[in-house]
Amino acid sequence: MKKFLTAAAFSALCATGALAEVKVGMITTLSGGGAGLGIDVRDGFMLAIAQSGRDDIEVVIEDDQRKPDIAVQLSDKMIQSERVDVMTGIIWSNLAMAVVPAAVNQNVFYLSPNAGPSPLAGKGCHQNYFNVAWQNDNLHEAAGAYANGADYKKSFIMAPNYPAGVDALTGYKRFFEGELAGEVYTELGQTDYAAEIAQIRASDADSVFFFLPGGMGISFLKQYADSGIDLPVVGPAFSFDQGILQAVGDAAMGVVNTSQWNKDIDNPTNTAFVESFQAEYGRLPSLYASQGFDTANLLLSALDKADPSDADAFREALRAAEFDSTRGDFSFGPNHHPVQTIYAREVIKEGDVFTNKILGVALENHSDAYAAECKM
Amino acid sequence: MSSILIIEQILNGLQFGVMLFLMAAGLTLIFGVMGLINLAHGSLYMIGAFAAAAVAGVTGSFLLALIAALAAAALAGAIVEMVVIRRLYSAPHLDQVLATFALILIFSEGTRWLFGSFPLFLDIPDALSGPVTLPGGIEYPFYRLTLIGIGLAVAVGLWALIERTRLGIQIRAGENDREMIAALGVDISKLYTLVFALGAALAGLAGALVGAIQSVQVGMGEPVLILAFVVIVIGGIGSVRGALIGALLVGLTDTLGGVFLPELFKLFMENGAAQKTGSALASMGIYVLMGLVLIWRPTGLFGARA
Amino acid sequence: MRLDEKYLNGLMIAGLLALPLWAVMADQPFTITLVTRAVILALAAVGLNIVLGIGGMVSFGHAVFFGIGGYAMGILAFHAQTYTALELGLFTTDGTKFMPVIWLVAMITSGLVAFFIGLLSLRTSGVYFIMITLAFGQMFFYFAISWAQYGGEDGLSIYVRNDFPGLNTLIPIQFYAICFTLLCVVLFLFARLQASPFGLALNAARQAGTRVETVGLNPMRLKLLAFVISGAITGLAGALFADLNRFVSPTMFSWQLSGELIVLIIIGGVGRLMGPVIGACVFVALEHFLGELTDFWHVYLGVILLCIVLFGRGGLIGLLTGKEGAHV
Repeated sequence: MKKFLTAAAFSALCATGALAEVKVGMITTLSGGGAGLGIDVRDGFMLAIAQSGRDDIEVVIEDDQRKPDIAVQLSDKMIQSERVDVMTGIIWSNLAMAVVPAAVNQNVFYLSPNAGPSPLAGKGCHQNYFNVAWQNDNLHEAAGAYANGADYKKSFIMAPNYPAGVDALTGYKRFFEGELAGEVYTELGQTDYAAEIAQIRASDADSVFFFLPGGMGISFLKQYADSGIDLPVVGPAFSFDQGILQAVGDAAMGVVNTSQWNKDIDNPTNTAFVESFQAEYGRLPSLYASQGFDTANLLLSALDKADPSDADAFREALRAAEFDSTRGDFSFGPNHHPVQTIYAREVIKEGDVFTNKILGVALENHSDAYAAECKM
Repeated sequence: MSSILIIEQILNGLQFGVMLFLMAAGLTLIFGVMGLINLAHGSLYMIGAFAAAAVAGVTGSFLLALIAALAAAALAGAIVEMVVIRRLYSAPHLDQVLATFALILIFSEGTRWLFGSFPLFLDIPDALSGPVTLPGGIEYPFYRLTLIGIGLAVAVGLWALIERTRLGIQIRAGENDREMIAALGVDISKLYTLVFALGAALAGLAGALVGAIQSVQVGMGEPVLILAFVVIVIGGIGSVRGALIGALLVGLTDTLGGVFLPELFKLFMENGAAQKTGSALASMGIYVLMGLVLIWRPTGLFGARA
Repeated sequence: MRLDEKYLNGLMIAGLLALPLWAVMADQPFTITLVTRAVILALAAVGLNIVLGIGGMVSFGHAVFFGIGGYAMGILAFHAQTYTALELGLFTTDGTKFMPVIWLVAMITSGLVAFFIGLLSLRTSGVYFIMITLAFGQMFFYFAISWAQYGGEDGLSIYVRNDFPGLNTLIPIQFYAICFTLLCVVLFLFARLQASPFGLALNAARQAGTRVETVGLNPMRLKLLAFVISGAITGLAGALFADLNRFVSPTMFSWQLSGELIVLIIIGGVGRLMGPVIGACVFVALEHFLGELTDFWHVYLGVILLCIVLFGRGGLIGLLTGKEGAHV
């Protein structure tokens, strides 16, 4: 009995090999809080796959519910049962840290469409790990650089008390040349910022930098707008993304935020992407959707050159990154993280819809601070 | 640290406290009268916020939005009471915990089904937006002052309802002896539905009021729910007065702890580390407070019985 | 047809043996991983069942012990894999990757914490007890989130599973064997404990505390001891869970997890030997299959749980054997 089953499994394997079918495992957040980000990544990714017209790519999509232990199990399932060649999809850094190191050590390729925790860019980098979005600190560093350009001398900076929050403030401080009027760590998931706003009012700051992803940022911006303080605010794109901007409303108008992508970046790929995404899903694409789209196109470009079963050739094909990115120029640094231009954007209103417009470049061809620690 | 800042922070703590009171009052009434632990109270808060956001989006009127929030939450409360909760009054606490835990799952994912995964927009009405200057030169958001006012008004209203009306007499009687008031001819199941709907409406009101300055999203109710439980445990379960005192204590501890603990640690630590340690301890502050109260008085400050 | 509970228990154990063996033959390693998850959750819930089922204490904070077990594994293995010393005041260790030592540390630490939490919480009863245990859970949760040294919210990744002499723990079926054996041992202990004078006294303390007191037993001491044993077992499960995922994070301390452990017991049947095991298997299966059907599977899970409470008194075992369970 056992022999028969193994033989059957073996022949099944051979059959898939003959078709040269590529199996992609996507683990992302599709239910519960934060599902909006995962849905955008998935939709962007699948749009690119559909546009490629290839029917030999199978994408297995699973919902991690934003729980690390579920993500780890799904990754076990992808690798053990589905035997995927490439994995992608994870939104949150803590989930990525739980999944990626084990996955890449089992000879699976991982393409990150969002999370870019610093350990994976530095000492923990891996030849099979590619980040198509950014290293976590990038957008914060760009915010610091923008603050210098805007001639801010004294910033009040704020983030939740968890690793990505600490990285955010470190990233800002790495580039900001002025002084700090205050440095505050808030509680993760906090919804009321009255106390912090009072501290901002009492300080002698000339600008405010904050990193508060998701609902936290919505709450802060609404409360800040109502407080009557008119210091300029700058932050990373996460709180000004297309998905949540409508929920912030007028409170976000005019706020400067940093991003590697915007819908008005002028290149043919991006124009076509924005149009086709709107046509397909009936909404404007977000930053996350663009990252999902780029991730899929990177994968497609590599598949055109090599099969994942030839790991070395496939890796080289990925590293070359010869695809048309929605961001324009795109290449990988030595640690497989993007070297890209990061823009400063401003929130504007187009008709009834809040969206962003590019103001200028914050950091040109920017890499990250950890590349030197990466020994690949 | 200036005295202006300290007064402002105390106001913030008060505002947080009275909003918690709106949540906690319903919870404590429901427990006091029906002996029910309702974990789904946070879902009613969320329903209020979503109803308000939906109506404000269509009509543009904040007042209508508030009415919609009250109505939707009260309606949801009444339906849930009649369909599910009614069967749980005589059940052990354990069953109540599980059933209302199941209701959270249904409400949260159901709301996401209806409204999608992204947060909704709800804003402060123009008439209430912007800061006002208080005596002593303190600038404080008018809306938050209004919230403090509404919260205190609800507290007074609840007091009058319980102490001065026929319904209040029945509620108090229900807290003391359930069988007796049924024997006296009070329509007990109607009373229960009414109390549950009242508690739900208060939660819905809190959701709508707070939703205007926070983010209206699925899952917004659970953190508040846990805080509301802390409040009623500190105050003594079943006591509305205890809920008010407990809510203010929790609101002030949380707000002032978050501001002053990091300052305290700065006296003997490096700036960044003091911030991190201080805010870590502050986030545990209210639970420490609750632990201390329960060790001192195992049934809370105003709790009569276990 | 009504089943005898003994047969049902036997069937359950047989199923837990047969399913993974079938999975090995059919080359379905993920099925083994799923069953392992169910077995570990069951182990944690058996621990909780001691206080909840026998002792009648509704602890809404058992995730504390699960998390402590997980972090005991995480911290020891982290120091061992990075070759850094772990300073413990009196002595220094290099950490360890040896499972039995990790289990021992996990059980002792979670037992100790259970002792202190129990000492404070058991002064209260009823709803206050539910809420104070919940509050302790939140305290640990927030502490773990801001504990930067061990990853804070990101948690800790352990790249390779810890070692057990004679086994390759990275092979799913071998790791499953360890977990299954431990579950059997703990189930045996639970059955012995339930029938022992201590278990009977504890059961009596739930039903009539004052009567227990009048015969010269101290109900507080009984409950505290039960709480400590329960915490230690749940801690052991936490260490295994961390090893299964090769990862620990503050979500192991979350109140949702405490709630889920209670849910497992109620699905199966409160105070019953195999209640948590059946509950865990059903829960993991629902999570897996409903999740494949729809993104909104939480709604269905909620409806199913609701039906169990409203119509299925005594849990699934009660339903199958026709006997209601203990009331808490």
